[in-house]
Amino acid sequence: MPFKRYVEIGRIALVNYGKDYGKLVVIVDVIDQNRALVDAPDMVRGQINFKRLTLTDIKIDIKRVPNKKTLVAALEAADVKNKWESSSWGRKLIVQKKRASLNDFDRFKIMLAKIKKAGVVRQELAKLKKETTA
Amino acid sequence: MYHKRGLWAIKAKNGGAFPKHEKKAAAAAPAEKPPKFYPADDVKKPLVNKRKARPTKLRASITPGTVLIILAGRFKGKRVVFLKQLTSGLLLVTGPFKINGVPLRRVNQSYVIATSTKVDISGVNVEKFDDKYFGKKVEKKKKKGEGEFFEAEKEEKNVLPQDKKDDQKSVDAALIKSIEAVPDLKSYLGARFSLKAGMKPHELVF
Repeated sequence: MPFKRYVEIGRIALVNYGKDYGKLVVIVDVIDQNRALVDAPDMVRGQINFKRLTLTDIKIDIKRVPNKKTLVAALEAADVKNKWESSSWGRKLIVQKKRASLNDFDRFKIMLAKIKKAGVVRQELAKLKKETTA
Repeated sequence: MYHKRGLWAIKAKNGGAFPKHEKKAAAAAPAEKPPKFYPADDVKKPLVNKRKARPTKLRASITPGTVLIILAGRFKGKRVVFLKQLTSGLLLVTGPFKINGVPLRRVNQSYVIATSTKVDISGVNVEKFDDKYFGKKVEKKKKKGEGEFFEAEKEEKNVLPQDKKDDQKSVDAALIKSIEAVPDLKSYLGARFSLKAGMKPHELVF
């Protein structure tokens, strides 16, 4: 029941609405009750409403409003990219993106692969069944 | 206005006077004889129409070798290889015939989804195909007697002429080779496309 992810300077958040939808940003300052100053390596530092952010588990060590160079260095040091892409949330997003970008031919190839895999699984299952009943 | 249009600068550039251009010598119009007959009432001339007929604009996603999905007609759902656009605007397309039963055929651009899969079409010669090749054959009218009616009905069956079959074979030979070079492409072209549960066409990437 208690909160585990807090809004603090250095908290990594995911933008869930607006122009920067889907981007990971760092909270570098809190403006008031509703807004934060966020920054990311590929965007201009700007304000965003907390309602447009979803907090993640990742936090980096920075001082209030660092300059871009320091921010990028801190992100590299904390290895945010790899931590995110290996987390289950990050992996889910990557899979979603991949599925959305699939070609008609890719979808066909995936269908063939699924059928093949199911066939192999069913064979193994039949083998195991035979062993237990024997 | 003189200062606003910068006429002072034009004058200065030309050394104190406006630049003069000589009139081009007009070509002498051929001498016309006065007409013998003047119509009583003024005849309305139709407006001049300078529009030229040209083939329909081809979507940027459709290039020679693209795999297309046909959406209507007896081959609906079939995935097919695009060869070229004919002068009428229709698309020349082939199955290849051996793979999915679609022959060399014309198809309208509006009834087609272009996928982003491309087939190498460099070995195929499609120069000889045009709209006339696909036109209906004009038959000579025969006078039918009453007794001959039933026999004539039997002869109506169209047999595909051998040269069309040979054309199909020659176009498909090179195509099938480049199709077999890509894994799974042959079975892909042999399968029909259909929407399954959960597929949203406006969100699908083709």
